[in-house]
Amino acid sequence: MKENTIDHSHAAAIFNKDVERVNWHDDTLWFVRSKRDKSAHAIPEWETLRETASNIKNNVLSNMHHYLQEFEAKAKENGIIVHWAADGAEHNKIVHSIIAKHGVTQMVKSKSMLTEECHLNEYLADNGVEVIDSDLGEFIVQLRKEPPSHIVLPAIHLKKEDVSDTFNEHLGTEKGNNDPQYLTEAARKELRDTFLTRKVALTGVNFAVAETGEFVVCTNEGNADMGAHLADVHIACMGFEKLIPERKHLGVFLRLLARSATGQPITTFSSHFKKPRVGQEMHIVIVDNGRSTQLGREEFRNSLKCIRCGACMNTCPVYRRSGGHSYHNAVAGPIGSILAPNLDMKKNADLPFASTLCGSCTNVCPVKIDIHDQLYKWRQVLVKEGYTPSSKTMAMKGMSAVLANPTVFKIAGKAGRFVMKNLPFMVNNNLNAWYKQREMPAPPEESFREWYAKKAKESKDKK
Amino acid sequence: MKVGLFIPCYVDQFYPQIGIASLELLQKFGCEVSFPMDQTCCGQPMANSGYSHLTGGCDTNFVNNFSEFDYIVCPSGSCTLHVKDHLHSKENEAAATHIRNNVYELTEFLTDVLKVESIEGNFPYRVGMHQSCHGQRGLKLSQMTELNAAPFSKPEQLLSKIKGLDLVSLSRKDECCGFGGTFCVTEEAVSVKMGLDRIEDHKDHQVDYITGGDMSCLMHLEGILKRQKSNIKVIHIAEILNSI
Amino acid sequence: MSSRDSILSKIKNNQPTSVNELPSLSFLGLDKIDVIETYKTVLKGIGGFCEEVSSLDEVKAYIATHYPADKRKITTIQEFADIAETEWTNDDPHSLQNVELAIVKAHFGVAENSGLWVTDAILGQRVSPFIPQYLSIIVNKKDILATMHQAYERIGDLDYGFGTFIAGPSKTADIEQSLVLGAHGARGLTVFLME
Repeated sequence: MKENTIDHSHAAAIFNKDVERVNWHDDTLWFVRSKRDKSAHAIPEWETLRETASNIKNNVLSNMHHYLQEFEAKAKENGIIVHWAADGAEHNKIVHSIIAKHGVTQMVKSKSMLTEECHLNEYLADNGVEVIDSDLGEFIVQLRKEPPSHIVLPAIHLKKEDVSDTFNEHLGTEKGNNDPQYLTEAARKELRDTFLTRKVALTGVNFAVAETGEFVVCTNEGNADMGAHLADVHIACMGFEKLIPERKHLGVFLRLLARSATGQPITTFSSHFKKPRVGQEMHIVIVDNGRSTQLGREEFRNSLKCIRCGACMNTCPVYRRSGGHSYHNAVAGPIGSILAPNLDMKKNADLPFASTLCGSCTNVCPVKIDIHDQLYKWRQVLVKEGYTPSSKTMAMKGMSAVLANPTVFKIAGKAGRFVMKNLPFMVNNNLNAWYKQREMPAPPEESFREWYAKKAKESKDKK
Repeated sequence: MKVGLFIPCYVDQFYPQIGIASLELLQKFGCEVSFPMDQTCCGQPMANSGYSHLTGGCDTNFVNNFSEFDYIVCPSGSCTLHVKDHLHSKENEAAATHIRNNVYELTEFLTDVLKVESIEGNFPYRVGMHQSCHGQRGLKLSQMTELNAAPFSKPEQLLSKIKGLDLVSLSRKDECCGFGGTFCVTEEAVSVKMGLDRIEDHKDHQVDYITGGDMSCLMHLEGILKRQKSNIKVIHIAEILNSI
Repeated sequence: MSSRDSILSKIKNNQPTSVNELPSLSFLGLDKIDVIETYKTVLKGIGGFCEEVSSLDEVKAYIATHYPADKRKITTIQEFADIAETEWTNDDPHSLQNVELAIVKAHFGVAENSGLWVTDAILGQRVSPFIPQYLSIIVNKKDILATMHQAYERIGDLDYGFGTFIAGPSKTADIEQSLVLGAHGARGLTVFLME
């Protein structure tokens, strides 16, 4: 898959050329947000649940060192083989070595955003291992050689006609048959063969329980279970932030996860893997890949509370109108924009600016991550670290010098009309971008301060 | 009570009528209002662009202009929020703290401090209320649809007292309009699309006017409406509340 | 240093210096609801069928009329040995690929999401609720709990190798958000609520 290297605003402008598709994308995701609202509002203690989940995750972040060791010890007791990967490259090597040890060249994989983050599929392909993604949405985008555009709804950028064409080409389905039922059935048949013939299955992890050494994988399709229960080897990959302290805490998170994601009361399957089945090998790969660095960034550490529900994407008015691919990162949308700069500031310097800071993301977040505040804070960091164009910095300096000094401000523009020509929120951007699809207000005869001064003089003169 | 009127820089120069309406409205309710002439800008445009380290001069100037007042009132949720969250002063932090604690957006000042029960006003039109994000999710001027919590709206509470005003209920009650400060030009395509969609919601409800508490959002919507040669007009809430 | 040790040491250095307290869960899930009615409504809402029965014979009768006699059925319930296979639990899981219907019991159900808790102990094989075309699960009405909090209280520190909550049939909405039942797992789920 080719890396998308154009910045968010450019990619978003391209996305916006097809107005009907943007409208459809926006409406579809808004519908998911509405289902989330309906579901959340049906639970009287919803806000308490969010607060509780947030506090549990705060506890985890503050005690991560202990919980990770506890989890490792319990998992080993349970007969699971535990691996540690400092970065994506090490993660990929570990997964490949397990596959190679078993002498196979094929693997089935259920949804794992971590493996997207690590670019596992490309690595394995380069090493002669064929990976098939079994989540329907991921299966579709994989056939199209595209990355997922959403962490929960990987093919949400596609219409059924696109899927029909793709399946016609790769699975030989009827040309022009766009019926989702028919298309899903075709994928079911195709993937059933895959499940039945793969010796190694990889899954993601939604929650890992320190107390018991078990991990939970949630799907609606049952694809993680089909893969894992039929394979001789089950590899589960997790970022270390997936830990929760105790089994009973699953009650809180499983109540929140699906309701936040799609409005369902729970995913169809919430599978708890504690021990390998008889004759099976079970591996867990615990991955850092920048997470420990993020843990050390006090202002940004609580982004690690994320449970990957995607609610912030569905509610984000910018995401809905720019599409997941415009974020050029495995995790798109608001949460992606606060995670990505930690991985690569230069490459992702545009993302914290791809937001109006409206704050809706923060309100839907089931673990109460202050997403929009972190977007604001990342902007400050990126500027300080020098990831903004120097022309913008010069303009900002000029602007702030004028605005800081009322005398300069008054003489900066004729008749004090500095702001009129240099609207502060348009700094370093001439008005062309504004005028492309908008008018400017007509300048009034006098500014408020002129009116006020005149009034003050009149009343003084009267006296 | 002594009230310092804080008028955002672009309102001062493009929309003087909003400053006038705010001033008259506060005077009607018995406030002693002054507009400090040396005010410039709160510094939000720089801060939201990542240059908060350059806002020290704006902060100092703001503190110099407003420290003497009991309350500081502003007809913009966004500017108010910036001051409330970010105003500090190396020279006089006590004054900055006083300002942060006593700066109010106009409608919340009317409902929460002045506890206005009735307003003389007449505005016989169908009106859509654009609830700007910073006022809503930042200052909590109205309940947010994401939360499972009882609904309320300070601006709508005031608008409901205006004779003849027919307030519509929008399909997406608190969707962002896409202005977003610098976002309006750096992300021009998405910004305008968001604005178009926000306008469409108002059009679907056959409004004559779109009102709101933040003129920056309304300026963005007005810019699009004018380009469309639409009959829908925008009007700041202060002008409606000061209609008589 | 191994990656394990370097990750752990970096975490130790970077995590907050004091531990945030864990919140209590004791005040959650206490809202009074009609658990059976809620269970039925939620299950219907997510595409499952619900049958209220008072005996295993009623379940048998239902299965006889709703599923083809000539297709393969499996169960872990000995009383159903006359209508379904019981000697498959040690077979290669792949050999279950042609199963039409699996009939199992659940330990308990959860009203708020219609989930049914099943474990290795009653599944026969882990893949048994996933691989068949259709799934039937029997649960006692008295074992329907209100929320997930009661569910985990009930599970407690139970030891199992594998356990899962099953809520409705396998489904996907990955094509244009159109709901399709039967993605990879069972196309249909019938829950028998036993008096």
